[in-house]
Amino acid sequence: MDFFRPTSLADALKLKSAHPLALCINGGTDVMVELNFDRKRPETLLDLSAVTELNQWSEAGDSIVLGAGVTYSRIQTELHAQLPGLAMASRTVGSLQIRNRGGVGGNLGSASPAGDAHPALLATGATVNVSSVRGGRSIDIHEYFIAPKKSALDPDEIIISITIPKARGGQQYSKIGTRNAMVIAVCSFGLAIDLQTRKVGTGIGSAGPTPLRAVEAEAFAASHLDWEKGAALAPELLAEFGALVSAASRPIDDIRGTAAYRRHTLSVIAARSLKWAWTSTNEFRST
Amino acid sequence: MRLTCTVNGKTEVIDDIWPGESLLYVLRERMGLPGAKNACEQGECGSCSVHIDGVLVCACLVAAGQVEGAQIQTVEGLAGATELHPVQQAYLDAGAVQCGFCTPGLIVATVDLLDKNSDPTDNEIREALAGNLCRCTGYAKILDAVRLAAARLEKTGKA
Ligand SMILES: Cc1cc2nc3c(=O)[nH]c(=O)nc-3n(C[C@H](O)[C@H](O)[C@H](O)COP(=O)(O)OP(=O)(O)OC[C@H]3O[C@@H](n4cnc5c(N)ncnc54)[C@H](O)[C@@H]3O)c2cc1C
Ligand code: FES
Ligand code: FES
Repeated sequence: MDFFRPTSLADALKLKSAHPLALCINGGTDVMVELNFDRKRPETLLDLSAVTELNQWSEAGDSIVLGAGVTYSRIQTELHAQLPGLAMASRTVGSLQIRNRGGVGGNLGSASPAGDAHPALLATGATVNVSSVRGGRSIDIHEYFIAPKKSALDPDEIIISITIPKARGGQQYSKIGTRNAMVIAVCSFGLAIDLQTRKVGTGIGSAGPTPLRAVEAEAFAASHLDWEKGAALAPELLAEFGALVSAASRPIDDIRGTAAYRRHTLSVIAARSLKWAWTSTNEFRST
Repeated sequence: MRLTCTVNGKTEVIDDIWPGESLLYVLRERMGLPGAKNACEQGECGSCSVHIDGVLVCACLVAAGQVEGAQIQTVEGLAGATELHPVQQAYLDAGAVQCGFCTPGLIVATVDLLDKNSDPTDNEIREALAGNLCRCTGYAKILDAVRLAAARLEKTGKA
């Protein structure tokens, strides 16, 4: 097995182009499990963890450009104000040891329907910036997930960063599991309210072949919220929002839960998320 | 492949490494440092916890080649010449050790916690140690040990 450890992005892209079958490794929290259990024996391992450009974040106007390798722990401590939904999702990932290594680039690389970053990225309408020696392109997160564990990434491409709009309203992330740590979501839900555009974004995890968006629920909420004054939400409105989110899911029965349980819990966590996020949206009103 | 890194303050050069092997394998099988335990090899149990450049990680989930030039601190580096580290002593005194398999990982994770937060609440202790499994003690004595270590470190001003 060959092992490459480039320190610059240019070198990383050249290596990936020369070895399109090379397996990228960043935090290693998905890749090493596969290697330890002999599920994968790539000929080449391309270690991205020393590439400076991937391990930093910056502000660009109304957005944060999050390097693919910035860890969940850093997102929690450094970006919770700008990206509250993603920071909440980050906090639910594995354990401290996992959050200290894993990041959003690896989550997107694995493209599991259960990945915790995905609902938060869908809800905020993030963009995945990828690059190869052929050039760079930006993929709308809503077009990124193709099938279970399959993404729009080409073999010679590397995920460079994710552009995520800074919060302009309340955000939430909820996850159903048997423990408060170390669980793959039974199902999960991310929500982002944008006071400026008067839009509501959603993301559903672990309840379909890919992470999903609840388009009708988004439209329903946007047209029923009292954007001017922020009046409290009626229980019927919350219940209808929950029902629409649940209806947008496409869950199956598996070892972690039944489809019926997923549909039920989604309607509950979606309604609660809207209530909580709408309340915290008031903090954005005065500014 | 040749790997050069610093382990517990000492520069090490290790030859003939297979790049896909884990840091845990390097420590245990190539360097004779069996403190970090191999229990699950999938990040679930925390018994292989070590610090890389001051960051708490599972050694089983780090590829050997990724620690080139890094500073690694294992449980073996905690005790002084004659005295245990206060966290190790607290685990002994509180009776937080039964079979002991989880203990090195828990001690490393506790040191990490108390370095950042000298007076953690019970919830903060639980969250910080959520990645370390113990199948013997039921965790009550482990929480006792962390509180004891925190109190002692506070007194000596070491935290
Ligand atoms: C014990 C444990 C608990 C976990 N709990 C959770 C959880 O609660 N929620 C959750 O979502 N996940 C969880 N995971 C999975 C994993 O931690 C996440 O998917 C994490 O985001 C992966 O990031 P990483 O940097 O470690 O990825 P790696 O393992 O380094 O890579 C993952 C995949 O992405 C590819 N890749 C990495 N970086 C790039 C890049 N820049 N460009 C292109 N491809 C790239 C790799 O080739 C690989 O296919 C858990 C894993 C373990 C071991
Ligand atoms: S052996 Fe590394 S976490 Fe279990
Ligand atoms: S003391 Fe036996 S596993 Fe913890």
